[in-house]
This record gives sequence, structure tokens and C-alpha cells, in this order.
Amino acid sequence: MNEAQKFLAKEREKAADMKLQGILHRTLNNHHLAVQRNAAQWLDWEVARSLAASWKHDAISRLDTLLEQLEVNLTARGTCVHWAANADEARAIIDKVIQENGVRSIIKGKSMTTEEIGLNEHLEANGVDVVESDLGEFIIQLRGEKPFHIITPAMHLTKDDISALFEEKLSVPHTDDAETLTRAARVHMRSRFLNADMGITGANFAIADPGLISITENEGNGILSASAPRIHLAIMGIEKVLPQLEQLALFLPLLSHSGTGQFLSCYNSFFGGPRQHGERDGPEQFHLVLLDNGRTGILADPEQRESLQCIRCGACLNACPVFRHIGGHAYGVTYQGPIGSVISPNLLGLQEFGHLSFASSLCGKCAEVCPVRINIHHHLLENRRNYVKVSPPSKLERHGFRQYSRTMVSAARYRWAVRFARLGLRLIQRIPILQRLGPIQQWTATRTLPTPAGKSFLEQVAREKKD
Amino acid sequence: MNVALFVPCFVNVFSPKVAECTRQILRSQGCDVAVPLDQTCCGQPAFNTGYWDDAVPVAEHFLDVFGKYDHIVSPSGSCVTMVRHFYERLFPESHPRAGEAHEVAKKTHELCEFLVGTLETEDVGAAFGATVTYHDACHALRELHVKDQPRRLLQNVSGLTLIEMENPENCCGFGGTFSAKHEPVSTSMGREKLDGAVGSGADYVVTTDSSCLLHLHGLVEARNIPIRCLHIAEILASRETES
Repeated sequence: MNEAQKFLAKEREKAADMKLQGILHRTLNNHHLAVQRNAAQWLDWEVARSLAASWKHDAISRLDTLLEQLEVNLTARGTCVHWAANADEARAIIDKVIQENGVRSIIKGKSMTTEEIGLNEHLEANGVDVVESDLGEFIIQLRGEKPFHIITPAMHLTKDDISALFEEKLSVPHTDDAETLTRAARVHMRSRFLNADMGITGANFAIADPGLISITENEGNGILSASAPRIHLAIMGIEKVLPQLEQLALFLPLLSHSGTGQFLSCYNSFFGGPRQHGERDGPEQFHLVLLDNGRTGILADPEQRESLQCIRCGACLNACPVFRHIGGHAYGVTYQGPIGSVISPNLLGLQEFGHLSFASSLCGKCAEVCPVRINIHHHLLENRRNYVKVSPPSKLERHGFRQYSRTMVSAARYRWAVRFARLGLRLIQRIPILQRLGPIQQWTATRTLPTPAGKSFLEQVAREKKD
Repeated sequence: MNVALFVPCFVNVFSPKVAECTRQILRSQGCDVAVPLDQTCCGQPAFNTGYWDDAVPVAEHFLDVFGKYDHIVSPSGSCVTMVRHFYERLFPESHPRAGEAHEVAKKTHELCEFLVGTLETEDVGAAFGATVTYHDACHALRELHVKDQPRRLLQNVSGLTLIEMENPENCCGFGGTFSAKHEPVSTSMGREKLDGAVGSGADYVVTTDSSCLLHLHGLVEARNIPIRCLHIAEILASRETES
């Protein structure tokens, strides 16, 4: 099965999973209500979005200089800045830091960029002990799964599921009390924090001047991962850099509002280097890996460049009716939902993942909620155009639209096509076996076929004119 | 006022009554309505499915047919969106017909926005004795910002009670080829929409777009869901207090 076929199979399976449907509807409705409740904190949300979009646009258009500035400023305070062109290079850089420092155990803060480069699997294969410290990620890791949602990795699980998992993996007696479960995870993680040789985190933003990264979280595990072990390594996509610190006054609440409906997430921390001379704590080494992995390709495409403005808040996933019916696992990529369907084909390969651009009714709800005003559904249209050029879904479709084009440029041919369609539909309606043919079946499985009128409107008007 | 009626291809074939009602409404508002007989399609099916090269000649034909009119009005938010917002993608600045496409885009209107915005009327003298709920069709809502106009028009229909369903702005799940390519999700979205519409207690679910209705009506009929689907033009042209 290719990726497109896998997606369709998963989609069907997930859409029929009533337990999942219940969880998704409940969780996403609650999220929606939280965002609504929090809306009053914005004097003018539309102005905030426009400002954020223009600042991101500005940063993306001078990414080269901002990244160099970031490197210079971070290096001046003793940070090792690494440049990774792709996932292989990023993993090799991390391997080198691990080997040079004899790292055996790692504690991780939440990072989708590490998911993007498949870091956990890679480290585990090399015999390094890795533990996720974000509660959701920890749960997913215990289950051997991928995150279900970029912000809420364990969204698809109930308290009961988690209790059963903890009972099996951590010998925690069954409970329906969330606090007891959280406490159990906390106890399990504490010793890991203290004993880890290295902490790996992502970054939500980087500021070129002064050079620093910013991490947003709700559990405090990010700060611990970054500061308790003797080495802190952060990895981020190159699109995350902003020129000025003051801009975070907008971006931090913007991210929290769109991501979780909070005024501000519980912890927003800046890291600008390892422990400095005379300081009492902090890691001895701080490494920052700047990951390209296809991003400069997107930067080079004026149509798609805007998608680099994404701050990974997850708002478009939460708003998307398709995501609401199939969840994140069906997509089969690191970045799920509408923005994922825009960027994944451009990061991972159009031929393999271009089909995701069609997993949308083009309703535009994603663009409506995007805090940095990315025209997500319009980019899906561009992806569709690019995709059918390299890999048309079927010969029938390719040929069909060519025929459509030839027909619709002539009123006479259109009139014949109308007659033909009318006749065809009547035949299909009368002969039930025809309704089970490929594309027709995809409509008639759950819907009746529309009945064509005896005379089309244009035929009626033509008749009027004659009379 | 001279107006050309742009009849979406599926309205032409499946719901000629919607086009006829649109013509009646425009005439009742004093418009001189032309129905160009050489019109075909706007090109949206090919454009949305990725076949932009196949959409261009169709869009050029549209420019040929409609270019000479002062106003172009259509009972579809979706087809109007194609002309208004996406023709500029088919005819970028480098294209010899870019200017023409831009002019045509500006004067193409969805029926409700034309009535309320251009003709400045919110009461078309209609009568329809029923309870209806309005479904915000996505293109009309998010691309054309048509939200209040249809509601204001409906509120002024004599005998009509307008009630809001839960989440009127949620997509119905049609989405063109999406409805076939992603049938399971399309169906779930449609049923959710209909649950909301039935739950509102309305007799009819009404919208600006026959494409949504094609899908919703198909679901209603297949499952005997207790609600009827109607295009807003059919209500605005109605003079019946008893339905």
C-alpha cells in the first residue's frame, strides 16, 4: 500500500471508531470554549493577527541574516550552534555530542522537531536511554505510539486508558483520579531528571538579538530538562527565529491563546547559553541545532513561503472538521492537520504525500483561526495543482478533466454534455448495479443520486426565446 | 440595472428552479436580467482538483461570455468565489487577460450580497410560511463574507421564522470531489450538519449553494431524515404563506 492508500484506509477506520469520535468531539469542543472564553483578553484579535503575520513575514524574508546573528550572539556566551541540512545530519550532530560526553541517559522536553527527525527511535537503537518528560509525550512513549496532535499528543486517550497503561507499565494500581496518575508519572520521572546526562528540548521561538531560545510549556518539565542535566541540547527549525525580544510580548500570548485557550502558558523560559562564569546553576554545555530539512526549499517557493510563518500552535488542527473526524494518526506524518497537509508534501516529497492536500473540503476554517494568517486552504490548492502534475490520482480523472475542459469552452458541446449527463444519471438510477461502480459508489454509498430536471435552465430559456 | 445571470452548471442540470427563482427575484427588484445562452461553467471543478491548466480555457470562455455585462449575479457563493478570488490565480499579472479577469471578478456577485449590498434591499416581498434554519456555506461565508445578508433577507420574508442551528458555520462536508474521494468523512460531516439542523426544530435547512444541498439532500433522502433542503432563492421568490 502506498501512503495515499494507507491514508484512505486509516480515514475509514477512524471515522467509524465511535469511541474516538466521542473523545475528539468532547476535547475539541472544550478547547473551542476555552479559546472563546479567553478571547476577551485581546483588545483586537484581528489586529494582533495582522501584526504577528507581518512580523513573521519580515523574519522569514531575512532568515539568513537573523540566523547568523543568532549564531554570533549565542556563540559569544559559549553556546555551540550546529547547522543541520537534513534529519541525517541532525542525528549525526546529536550522536557526536552524546559520544564526546559519554551520555547514557537523556531526558526530553516536548519537541515536534525531534519527532520530525525520528530521534527517539534512533537513540534507542543506539542503546541510549531516552525518557519523555512531557506527560502526554511520556504516555505516548510508554504506548510506543506517535503523537496524535502536535500540541496534545495523547488527546485520543481517556483517563481509563492511561490508568490501564500505568498499571501495566509502571505497576500503578488502577485509579480514575487524574491527580494520582500525574503524581505517579512525576515520581517515575524525578529520578530520571536527576540522573540524566543530557536534556533535549525543542524551541518555540529564537531571538536573534540577544541570542536566545524561548520555550513555552505548562508542566515545568521543559525547564527541568534544560537546566538539571549537565548538557542541554535544543533543536529547532530554522523558521523559528525572530529579530527582537519585544516581539515575544505578542507571540507568547498569541501561541497560548491559539494552542490551549490560555491567557499565557504556565512557563515561558528563555535560554541564552550554558552556565556563565560565577553562576551557580545551569548546564555546563548548551548546544543548539538549527534544522533545515526542506525548509529552504519552501523558502525558495514564493507561493508556499508563507507556510513558514507557522508557530505550531495547533489551532488549525482543532478547527478542522476533517481532523475532528479522523484525528492525527491517520495522516501518517509528524505535522498533522491542515498546516501539516500544506507543509508535509513540501518537506517529505510531493509524490508520496501530495494526497494529503485533498484531505480537505476547503472550508477555510483553518485560515480563519490561524494566528499568523496563513492562507492554509489556498496553499492546499497550490499543492493539489503541483501534485496532479507529478502524480495524477487516476488516468480516469486526468482524462476526465481534459475532456471537461474541451467541453466547457463551447456552448454547443456543453448542451450535448448536459443531455448526456441527464441520460447517464437516469440510466444509473434505473439500473442499480451501475451505482456500485467505482466513483459512483463513493457517492451512492451514503447518498441518493440527484435527479436531473427534464429540461435544464438554459434549455428552458432557449425555448422561451424561440417562442 | 442590467444584470447577467450566471447559472452554475449543476444548478442548470439539477435545479433549474433555483435559476428561475433568481431571475424572478432580480426582475422583481427592477433589474433587466439577461441569460447568456452561451455560458457554461466557471472552471472550479478542474481548479479545485488541481487541473489549473484545464480550468484556464473554461475561465477564458467565462470572460468571453460575461465580460460585456455591468453586473454578473449567481445563486452560488462557491462559483462566485471562483471568479472573484481564484481567477487572479488563473490569470496572474503576466497573463494577457489578467486585467479583464480582474474587471469581471469585481462585478460578479452572489445573489444575497447583490440584493443587500448593491441593490440595498433587505425585503424582496417574499412570503413563505415555515420555520427555516440557515447553513453558512463555506465559500459564501469565508471568502465572500456573506453572513448577515441572507439572514436579513430571510427575516423579512412574511410568515417565515428563522432559527439558528448549532454551529451554523460548520462545513456540510460536500467540498466538490472531496465528497467522493473522502466519503466517510464527508458523510460524517454532513450527518453532523443535519443533526444540528433537525435539532433546531426547523422544517427547512436553507443555504446559498446548491452544491451543499445536493450532498445534504442525498443524505436526507437515503436516511429519511426529517428535514427538507431548499436554496434561499426558492424562498425569496416564494409568495406562498402556506408551504
